[in-house]
Order: sequence, then structure tokens, then C-alpha cells
Amino acid sequence: MIQPFVRVAGAAAALPEENVDTDIIYPARFLLITARLGLGPYAFHDRRFHADGSEVADFVFNQPAWREAPILVAGANFGSGSSREQAVWALLGRGIRCVIAPSFGEIFQANCHRNGVLPITLPPEQVAALSADAVEARAFEVDLEAQAVTVAGKAPLPFTIDPERRRALLNGWDETATLLNAHGADIETFEGRHRRLQPWLFDAETDA
Amino acid sequence: MPQTLYEKLWTSHAVAELPGGETLLYIDRHLVHEVSSPQAFASLRDAGRRLRRPDTHLAVADHAVPTRVRGGEIEDPLARAQVAELEDNARRFDVPYRPLDGDLQGIVHVIGPEQGYTLPGMTLVCGDSHTTTHGAFGALAFGIGASECGTVMAAQCLKQRRARTLRVDLVGQAHPLVTAKDIALAVIARIGALGASGHAVEYAGPAVEAMSMAARMTLCNMTIEAGGRVGLVAPDEVTFAYLKGRPLAPKGPRWDQAVAYWRGLRSDPDAVFDRVVTMDVSHLAPHVSWGTSPDEAAPITASIPEPATLGEDSARRHAEKALAYMDLRPGTPLTDIPIQRVFIGSCTNGRIEDLRAAAAVARGRRVASGVRAIVVPGSTATKHQAEAEGLDAVFRAAGFEWRHAGCSMCVAMNDDRLAAGERCASTSNRNFEGRQGPGGRTHLMSPAMAAAAAVTGKLTDVRALTAMPATGPVEEMR
Ligand code: SF4
Repeated sequence: MIQPFVRVAGAAAALPEENVDTDIIYPARFLLITARLGLGPYAFHDRRFHADGSEVADFVFNQPAWREAPILVAGANFGSGSSREQAVWALLGRGIRCVIAPSFGEIFQANCHRNGVLPITLPPEQVAALSADAVEARAFEVDLEAQAVTVAGKAPLPFTIDPERRRALLNGWDETATLLNAHGADIETFEGRHRRLQPWLFDAETDA
Repeated sequence: MPQTLYEKLWTSHAVAELPGGETLLYIDRHLVHEVSSPQAFASLRDAGRRLRRPDTHLAVADHAVPTRVRGGEIEDPLARAQVAELEDNARRFDVPYRPLDGDLQGIVHVIGPEQGYTLPGMTLVCGDSHTTTHGAFGALAFGIGASECGTVMAAQCLKQRRARTLRVDLVGQAHPLVTAKDIALAVIARIGALGASGHAVEYAGPAVEAMSMAARMTLCNMTIEAGGRVGLVAPDEVTFAYLKGRPLAPKGPRWDQAVAYWRGLRSDPDAVFDRVVTMDVSHLAPHVSWGTSPDEAAPITASIPEPATLGEDSARRHAEKALAYMDLRPGTPLTDIPIQRVFIGSCTNGRIEDLRAAAAVARGRRVASGVRAIVVPGSTATKHQAEAEGLDAVFRAAGFEWRHAGCSMCVAMNDDRLAAGERCASTSNRNFEGRQGPGGRTHLMSPAMAAAAAVTGKLTDVRALTAMPATGPVEEMR
């Protein structure tokens, strides 16, 4: 069900602001929605819309050049705050497949990987330069196979990524399935040992 | 090799080392709530998977539930559907469930400890970042995303990367009205909202040893506000005394066996931490936040800082934006800031000890005119306990609203929320823009400080307020 990530090309929206937390990405009141799909309209909702429902004209995702942008160039600590995965689902619902930032909220970053969204961490100066390119509406290409971000007319910018995570993204692997297949026996062995060391953690099942 | 507590907990749950440096970690317990679980259950259904150990999960509705009335149908159709879906999933997947109108309902992070579900030495996760709370017991507890919840349900394991370690040593003896919340805000103000990111924090030192479990939970709860996903306190006699006899805690010989194991759960004397921060709490004043990031906090005796003095560019820019959002000006004494709303509750400060501290300030005083104050117990059991102690009567007599248990105005998913522009003295944990309602302005503080703000109508140093006698018993109940 996860869309593999190999290469993504298109416009990049710049949101050069630090500490854009998950409440900004996905306001809490929409957490009442229990679906994973169709959350795009709520991404950055309170930044995109005035209280009366009209669009905030100068917000980047409301401008014609970036309405469909598949890439987001963000500020440091993007996605900090709560663990809500809706933040990633909403970005994905808007068509964003890749976020580039100097740093990320940890849980948000892990959630990206689990949903086929590539979070790229680059040094602040490089992100600032990409942000400037994004504002000029230059074409971006993010290539996970080659591990590089390329802005039209410029040299590719290499990035690093955990090899396991890269493989999972390239293949669109569901983490649970991978884990159960590869480690079913390990888990069983561990449980036996764990039960001997801390039997009280298993009592509910033993009593039943 | 000497080990830190974090390393002991980690290695005792390592199922396999994975290429790429991650570890497959065994998960003992999983708290399930209505907001982050529907998608996880859906992923199980889609894949035709079952729960590996259904009894290790515990489900309860807390985030979106109304607190004004309990029992009967929930008015908001979305919240009603979400709670119904949780009940249905719990039934279908055999997960123990605490019904909304039952005695065991409450905020996940309050009921886990209260019911003895949370124990030292275990790994515990929940689709909620404040899962750090449970680290107060010496459990390795951290927040996860909804997909990860699905993985834990199916595999009882998670891929995780080991964190670096940070020990926060708290020395000295705090003023009796300077609480774990004040200390947490002071620590965050000092190390920054990112100060603990990538780190597992262990709180140690005499000031921590002197703390009750409730205080330790408040401290660990706030760790995520410094960016740390894990906050820990080594279990000790205070921990064991708290746990003994709790419904889900081990009993009889099992209890002795468990305590013997738990006694080993402390950092070895010569264990090496990646970082150590020391703070003397002796002269600490109560703290309040003034901005929109939890590290934008200061002693109540201070004034709003001039952003230009904040050193780093990013801090200055954030502060400027925060002050505009908060409608505050540099140089204003914090005690000159009027408030219109007060929220006492949340998994940070919704325990019985917190309600007692707030009630002690409210007793014999009245909520200032023009202020709306609500008290929302962290759990239904806490509510009953408070009522048995007469705290509800104290609050009501002082003009506070007394509510049913839930997250309420910590996250503003139900109808407990700020209107745009309203300013709130809040015992919750996050002062992000819009957290308590779009356009709402949050000042974080301790329960005693929030109660002091309620009765004076502005941010107030509770030490000064309580130095003056209350007006005496209030005859009339509203
Ligand atoms: S009280 Fe607030 S922080 Fe705690 S679990 Fe509820 S919403 Fe999360």
C-alpha cells in the first residue's frame, strides 16, 4: 500500500520557518477524522485559510506555482511536537513526497519513512540555498537511487540516508510485514528468555 | 562495562541488531486511545493480521471526549464515531478496554500508572508523545506514530535507533511551592526546546529522589518538550511504595521477585553519559511560559525578555513572532499579564497531588471576575478521590467548574477550547500556536500557579499570594 519512492521531480515549496510543529501541519481538531486518506485539504489548514474560510493569498501552497509542489523545503526542526501521523498523511494527501530541512522532529521523521515520504536532512546553508531556488520556482529533482537533490541548471547535491530505510522506501515495503518475515523466530526466542527474566510481564496471559 | 539505566532497559529488550544500526526492540505494553489507533487497527484488518499479545494493550478514550457530561450519547458526531470505533476495535481484537463511563477511564498517561499497568523495567509505547511520563517508573517509554502502533500490535516489536544519553542532575531543595512543573520549565528554558533531542534523559540527584511519583511523572512528561523522547527516573522505595497493591501490579511472591529485579534498574556509579546538565533548584522561582515554544519560559519574578538579547538568531526570530502572537511587549513584568481562562488538568498536572495543590490555593478565595476556570481531573479515579477529599467543593465554592476526566483543553479536540485572543493560565504541556484553540494564547505553569492566576485574574507569584491569608471560608456555594 506504500508507494515506492525512486525519483520525484517538480516544484518545491519553500517554508523557511523554524519549528513548524505538527499542530501547524495538521491542527488537532481534525484528529477526529479516522481516515488516513483524503487529509490533504487539512494540511497547514490554519495557515492556508482565514477564519472565514477564504484563502490566505500569500501562503506558499495557495500560490499557483506551488499548489501541486511534490517537494517541501522547510526550516529546522520541521514536524516537531506531537506524534500525530496525520501530519504526514496530510502532506502526502497534498502530494508532497519529499521534505528537505536542516533537522526534523524525530517521530515525524520516522512517520515519513513509514508512509513513503522521504525526509532529507541537509546542512542549514544548503537548505537555505535550496529554499532560495524554490522561491524562484526552479525545477527540482530528488533521486533516491542516486541520493541527490538536483536543481535545474545546478550541480546535484548529495544527501545521506540510512541504507535500510532507503531500501524500504525504494521498494515501498510495509515495515510490519518485513519485520515479521525476517524476525519471527528472533521474536519467539526473545519472548522465552524475557518471560524467564520478568515473568510478571506475562502473568495476565498465564492467568487467563 | 558500566551501563546507564537507559542502556540496561535497551539491552534487556533488544531482539535483534539490524543492519543500518537500528535495533529490533521488544515492546511489553501499548496504551491505545481513540485518536491514534483507528488507522493502526485498520492496517491490521486490511492485512488480515491479529494482535500478537492482546492482553498487553490497554485501550481507553481520552483525547476527544466531552468533559461536561459523562454517560449517554456524545454530542459531537465525529468524537462519538471515534469512541465507537475504539470500542468496536477493542472488542474485535480482544484488547482490554476501559469504558468511557466506567471508573477506570482517564488519560492514558494517568491511568497506566494508577492501575499498576506501568511497571519499572518494561518497554511501553503509545501513539502520543507524552508517553515519556511513564519513564518516571524506570520504564523505557516513548511515543510512536500510528503506523508503529500497528506494528506493535502485530509484532510486539519496533525498529528503533538507540539514543544518546543525557543526565539532568537536580540538586538542592526547592521552595515548597516550586514544583516539578517549575523545574521542568526551568530545565527546558535552559537547554532549549531541542536541547534533549536525540537523547534519552535520566533525571537524578537529591531533588529527584525527594520527589513523589506524581512529581516525577510531571518531570518525565515534559521531557518531550525539550525534544527528548525518553525521560527516566531510577525506581526506588518511593516507586515501589506507589506501585504496591495497584490492581495490575504483581502480587505475592511475584511482587518480591519483581522488586528484586527492579532494584538493579539504576545507572551504574561509573556509567558514562554523553552529556550531563546540573541545576540547583534551591533558589528557583515558579516558572511560566511567555511564548509559543515551551523553552520560552521565565521565572514569574522576571519580565518579558527583549528578543534582541536572546543570543542566537533563531531564538530571537522565534521570540519576535511569539510575542506578536501572544500580544506581549518586551519589558512587561510577567505579573502584569491578565488572563481570561484557566485550565487545571492534563497528563502533566491532572493527578490528585496536582488537584490538592491547586485546591490549597483556591480554598477560601474566589475566581476573579471575568475569568473562566475549569478543573479537569486526569482520570475518573482521580475525580472520585478528589471528591472524597472534598476538593470539588473547594473548587466549586471558589467559582471553578468541576469536570469529568479527559485531555480537554490540553489539546482542544472537544468543546473545551480558547476563543481567538483569549489568554489562558494552563497546567498542560504545550504552548504552541493554536494548541488550546485557534488564536488562543497559552501560559504554561504549575497547578498552584494556575490557581493563583485564577483568583487574581493575572499571572501571579503563588508564593506572594499565599503569604497573605485567604479571605476565609466562603459561605455561599454557587
Ligand atoms: S493530556 Fe494532552 S498531552 Fe496528555 S495525552 Fe492528553 S492530549 Fe496528550
